Amino acid sequence: METQRTALYEYHKSLGAKFVPFAGYEMPVQYSSGIVDEHKITRNSAGMFDVSHMGQLSIEGNADLAVELEKIIPIDLKKIKLNQSKYSFLTNKKGGIYDDLIVTKVEKGFNVILNAACKDNDFKIINNFLNNKFKIILHKNLSLIALQGPKSSEILEKIISGISSLKFMNGNKFSYNGKDVYITRSGYTGEDGFEISISNEFVENLAKELISQDVKPIGLGARDTLRLEAGLCLYGHDINESTSPIEANLKWAISNRRREEGGFVGYNKIKSDLNGSLSRLRVGIKPEGKIIAREGVKIFSEDGKEIGSITSGTFGPSVNGPIAMGYVKLDFSKLGTKVSLEVRGKKHEAKVSKLPFYKKNYVR
Amino acid sequence: MSEKKYSKQHEWVTIEGDVATIGITTHAAEMLGDVVFVELPEKGKSVEKEGQAGVVESTKAASDVYTPITGEITDTNQSIVDDPGAVNKDPEGSGWFFKIKIKNKSELDQLMSKTDYDKFAKENPN
Repeated sequence: METQRTALYEYHKSLGAKFVPFAGYEMPVQYSSGIVDEHKITRNSAGMFDVSHMGQLSIEGNADLAVELEKIIPIDLKKIKLNQSKYSFLTNKKGGIYDDLIVTKVEKGFNVILNAACKDNDFKIINNFLNNKFKIILHKNLSLIALQGPKSSEILEKIISGISSLKFMNGNKFSYNGKDVYITRSGYTGEDGFEISISNEFVENLAKELISQDVKPIGLGARDTLRLEAGLCLYGHDINESTSPIEANLKWAISNRRREEGGFVGYNKIKSDLNGSLSRLRVGIKPEGKIIAREGVKIFSEDGKEIGSITSGTFGPSVNGPIAMGYVKLDFSKLGTKVSLEVRGKKHEAKVSKLPFYKKNYVR
Repeated sequence: MSEKKYSKQHEWVTIEGDVATIGITTHAAEMLGDVVFVELPEKGKSVEKEGQAGVVESTKAASDVYTPITGEITDTNQSIVDDPGAVNKDPEGSGWFFKIKIKNKSELDQLMSKTDYDKFAKENPN
């Protein structure tokens, strides 16, 4: 498949972006000041992320649609309020995860944000399941901009009036230069922030306006260090088709009613995980020294038995040290458990650590 | 000090007497991005030309550092282990990696001049 570009490609180039291939797109991995600097700007001020590669799906329908979607997404769609967003996933028959996603209830039905690498497959799965009973669109003409950091609200309010009243994980329609945009207060950095869905035609205008307000562009490199400090999963690494949401420590995302009633794809596995058959768990891992343990690094118990492996690991600029997460056998998942990590043939001490590594700062 | 020489693995070398000082090039440091971890060889260790002699990691990935010269490690730059960002600040100066007692001076002839390296780096950015 031909590599795709977002509507902001040329603008990124003019801002000094270095590009990498990501999920079939040519995406900025960093700009001239570097990943650590971009990370800190997002933590201390405000950063702009082009996440237009992500899938923006809309499905039109009412109560009958909610009933159908509940069969493939373990979310409480009876309780979701208009303009409320919820983190969830598309589960498979084995209780694994096809994708993690954000569902927002809107007037016409539901908006769903999907991972770039999964969006086409997700569309097929959902579309096949709904069997043409509902109108479903994977938007090609929409861009998605994330504005993240403590100054996001103050800055965006100057451009799009009214956004500062949004609560975390809530959205609404707003007007930008007379055009409709849909904005949610959400993100993937552990900071306060917004995600703005806007047509490809006007996205560069908005991006330029943000940059003129002293917002800095941020690439995928810092997006990864920010999300890992915030303890958030990266699909394809920390979660995949063979990890259950319970193993992934995402039980919180499945409401009580759904945990008890089930009625969704893969419930058998999830139910048995909930009822004592859970054998491994995703945990935070903090190396004691400076060593960085990356994806695939084996985790050992104090007495030298292999107990799991790292799924994401990097240097956390705000933590100012290495951070990681991975799966360990359940007996070793307690906070503070001493483990060792085998990096380049040598074992290094580490501990099971609380997530997030960096404290959240959301407006609730 | 002798003229600085460069390797195809993006290391630089300067010679004083029979000791070579080795580090990664400015180009390599730029390609890596922010250096956040450095692992250096142990003093006294014997290393072979083009063998692995250290590790440098950015937020993105880990890369091996090779030695362009055969010999024995006589000194390492602890300051870049303590402050890996120093590699980006001055890669071809205070951000040096290790010193080697040279075993075979003829190996130096196989290294590139700055002009040749710059051309090489342009054609082989990674």
